[in-house]
Amino acid sequence: MIEIKNLHKKFGKNQVLSGLDLEIGEGGIFAVLGPNGSGKTTLIKCLLGMVIPDKGTISVLGENIKNSSDYRHRIDYLPQIANFPTNLKVKELITMIKDLRGKTDLDKELISLFKLEPFLDKKLGNLSGGTKQKVNLVLTFMFDSPLVILDEPTSGLDPISLIRLKKLIQAEKAKGKTVLITSHIMSFVEEISDEIVFLLEGKIYFKGSISELKNKTNQPDFEHAIASILTDNHA
Amino acid sequence: MVKIPSILAEVFLLNLFSGRFNFIEFKSLNFIKICIFKLYFISRENDLALINFDFILKKKHNTFFFIIALLFCTSVWTQTTTVCASCDITTIHEALQQASDGDTILVKKGIYKEANLKVNNSITLIGEDFPIIDGEEKGEVITIGADNVTLDGFKIINVGVSYTTDYAAVRVVNSEGFIIQNLELEKLFFGIYLQKSKNGKVLNNKVKGEAVTEFNSGNAIHLWYCKDVEVRGNDVRKVRDGIYLEFSDNISIIDNFSKNNIRYGLHFMFSNKNTVINNVFETNGAGIALMFSKFMEVENNIITKNWGTASYGLLLKEVNDANLINNHFIENTVGITVEGSNRLVYSNNDFISNGYAIRVKGACYENQIIDNNFLYNSFDISYNGRINDNKFNNNFWSNYTGYDLDKDGIGDVPYRPVKLFSYIVNKTPETIILLRSLFIDLIDFSEKVSPVFTPDDLMDENPRMKRIEHDRN
Amino acid sequence: MLKILKYSFYDLMRSRWSYVYFAFYLLLGVVLLFLNNDLSKAVITLMNVIIVLVPLIGTIFGVMYYYNSKEFTELLLAQPLKRSSIFLGQYLGVAISLSMSLILGLGIPFIFYGLFKSNAIWDFSLLLITGTFLTFIFTALAFNIALSNENRIKGFGYAILLWLFLAIIYDGIFLMSLVIFEDYPLDKLSLIGTMLNPIDLSRTLILLKLDISALLGYTGAVFKQFFGTNFGLIVSISMLTIWIIMPVLRIIFKAKKKDF
Repeated sequence: MIEIKNLHKKFGKNQVLSGLDLEIGEGGIFAVLGPNGSGKTTLIKCLLGMVIPDKGTISVLGENIKNSSDYRHRIDYLPQIANFPTNLKVKELITMIKDLRGKTDLDKELISLFKLEPFLDKKLGNLSGGTKQKVNLVLTFMFDSPLVILDEPTSGLDPISLIRLKKLIQAEKAKGKTVLITSHIMSFVEEISDEIVFLLEGKIYFKGSISELKNKTNQPDFEHAIASILTDNHA
Repeated sequence: MVKIPSILAEVFLLNLFSGRFNFIEFKSLNFIKICIFKLYFISRENDLALINFDFILKKKHNTFFFIIALLFCTSVWTQTTTVCASCDITTIHEALQQASDGDTILVKKGIYKEANLKVNNSITLIGEDFPIIDGEEKGEVITIGADNVTLDGFKIINVGVSYTTDYAAVRVVNSEGFIIQNLELEKLFFGIYLQKSKNGKVLNNKVKGEAVTEFNSGNAIHLWYCKDVEVRGNDVRKVRDGIYLEFSDNISIIDNFSKNNIRYGLHFMFSNKNTVINNVFETNGAGIALMFSKFMEVENNIITKNWGTASYGLLLKEVNDANLINNHFIENTVGITVEGSNRLVYSNNDFISNGYAIRVKGACYENQIIDNNFLYNSFDISYNGRINDNKFNNNFWSNYTGYDLDKDGIGDVPYRPVKLFSYIVNKTPETIILLRSLFIDLIDFSEKVSPVFTPDDLMDENPRMKRIEHDRN
Repeated sequence: MLKILKYSFYDLMRSRWSYVYFAFYLLLGVVLLFLNNDLSKAVITLMNVIIVLVPLIGTIFGVMYYYNSKEFTELLLAQPLKRSSIFLGQYLGVAISLSMSLILGLGIPFIFYGLFKSNAIWDFSLLLITGTFLTFIFTALAFNIALSNENRIKGFGYAILLWLFLAIIYDGIFLMSLVIFEDYPLDKLSLIGTMLNPIDLSRTLILLKLDISALLGYTGAVFKQFFGTNFGLIVSISMLTIWIIMPVLRIIFKAKKKDF
């Protein structure tokens, strides 16, 4: 599904990714973790073509993404901070994205799932952070793409919506999709992900299941396992 | 005795010559015609008719008319000769040789290949339906050397071009009382050349040259040492100077149209007390050049589209005591260029869309610029030096940005028509390309606030808020 | 690209800035015409406005739009869209909406005033064409600045500097150099100097209409050829087109390389 070889990226003097190799197979939920500034977002943006790597190749679904945009038809992406053009109404935004990406009927289902009907005629600028995030989720999931990338999907969500989101992610997985998630909520990650990709200083430090991680770090639970990686490396 | 309008007399003459008055069954019909003709001109000269033409015109009074005509003419026994291809006399030259004072030569339609015709008697030479005199470039065509000669209704072509002699289509030498009218001159060198002559008229002629350069072309109407001549209703195009005057005084130049002349539309040198009224000067090298002349009246002329590197609507060089009133200067590179000219009055003129409305080149004193409209000129006034002795007052300046709080129609802040930028352009002409740039506006503004380069007293203390509607007929 | 253009344009048409801009031009047109009652004078004043304000508004508005629609841009970037179409679409959206505010804002009062019956229609159309060119040029330049500067304050600073430079400082330097080198033949230099600055170029285009009498007074053969014929008009318009194409190409180039 995703194949990344020798990925390098530098912002100014700051080397964010240095020779990252990563292979992600088809199906399953993968959590990309790492301390602040370890290159999670950069990695995802590289996948989406928003950040252009200095070196290295990325292929998504067997296609090298360099200078290409069509492969994004097969990716659903949930951006980290949902800031939309404030002048648009929710309905208009959804119509617009549909117009840009193609037809879908899933939006109605998702709107009712997240109970967004009362907000459809409101301007995005007037929505609360949580509601915006729900709109964000609708926009992401309404296209039935084989690869789903979620950048901090839980932010701002109320518990009920969070449960719905988890169900949604599981449902996507059940369809055989690959889901890539970044999150700071360890319980969420632990609950939902099949595999962990741990980034450290621009490289993959660990890739495997949570139990493998626990074994490797000799820690009984997931949070401590993560913490131990960090203390070991920054001691 | 009733004074009659001259137009009536004109109609009468026309009818007479076209044979409408065939009731006169008399052998010497022509003789009567010429008597009437003389009568007419005498009356016109004195601007009044001594007899009641209106009365004569009535057919009832045939006999009466006849007697009067006879009475009037017995003293001058003159005759009329007709020239045409099938007549007894076939050349104008021959007719001229036989003519004596007071005679009339009537030339019928046709082409007469003759040059160097000399008119040495006081005769009237009339063309019927514009006979063509073709000079075949052999030199001058007609030379008039006698008083009271009338030349009327010819088309004269192919005057010889020379670099040593100024050949003309018609030359008048040392004569008085001439009338040169209704001529059409083409392919010429000089057109009508008046030399040391006076009390004459040059009326309604059309001159159309093919001038390309100054040195091998001549002037359409040229006056040299002349006095009291009326130049009216002429149409002069594409020659060197449309109308040229040198050492000529009391000349009135009225209702002429001067266009596409390569040097000047009208040119004065050392000529005083002349009037220039109701003329139109268009797309000439320069409209009017007044040089070394005094006591001029320039009124109601339209001077437009004189474009070029050395072009201007009106050049005033060493001209004193002249009045420039009610003229239009439109779209000239320079409306008026003035140098060394004093005590001039510029009033009620319109300067519209000129590059420079007035360009003062120096040594101009005691001039008054009053009640003019300055509209949309790139520069209103360009000035050299820091001393100003000229008076600007009550003009309308479209560039004026002041206010009128007391609503008296006069701006409350004076207007400074000279911009700093015009100085810069004088010094470095290429900078003209920065015209209307914000930077230039800024330096002009700072100069306006505190004049450093421009004379600080050169300003219109009472600029008008509204455009002046000049009273023109 | 057309879809992006549509949405950017749509977005802008609803933003209050477009109305402010439109209202400003409307007011200007009305004030000039109905307080002054003189079309020719109004055209001259408008010329000053157009060569000074249009670039300023184009630059500021372009930079502002770019920074304000950053999220929108990021949203679009994750969609299967080409980068060049995203940025060109946004650029054209801004440039077209600004030009429309200009053309409608000034056009409406002039049409009510009876422009179609007036001789000034050509001068006026030329003004609007020049204004449109300037809007396109300066919006493109603004996008360039914004693309190269993540920091908004810096971006705005550079945008204002750019305007200041092209509108005023350039002419100051230009004038100084002409005056200093006045002993040399300068007509070519001055024409080239004009070509290199879009504001000067537009100004010359308008001068060809308004001040042709003065310009024809200059002796240089190159000048005369330039101003005396349609040559000047053609050269100026092609140069203005180049002035649009160059920054737009840089937008495409820059957009391809940029990280978000």
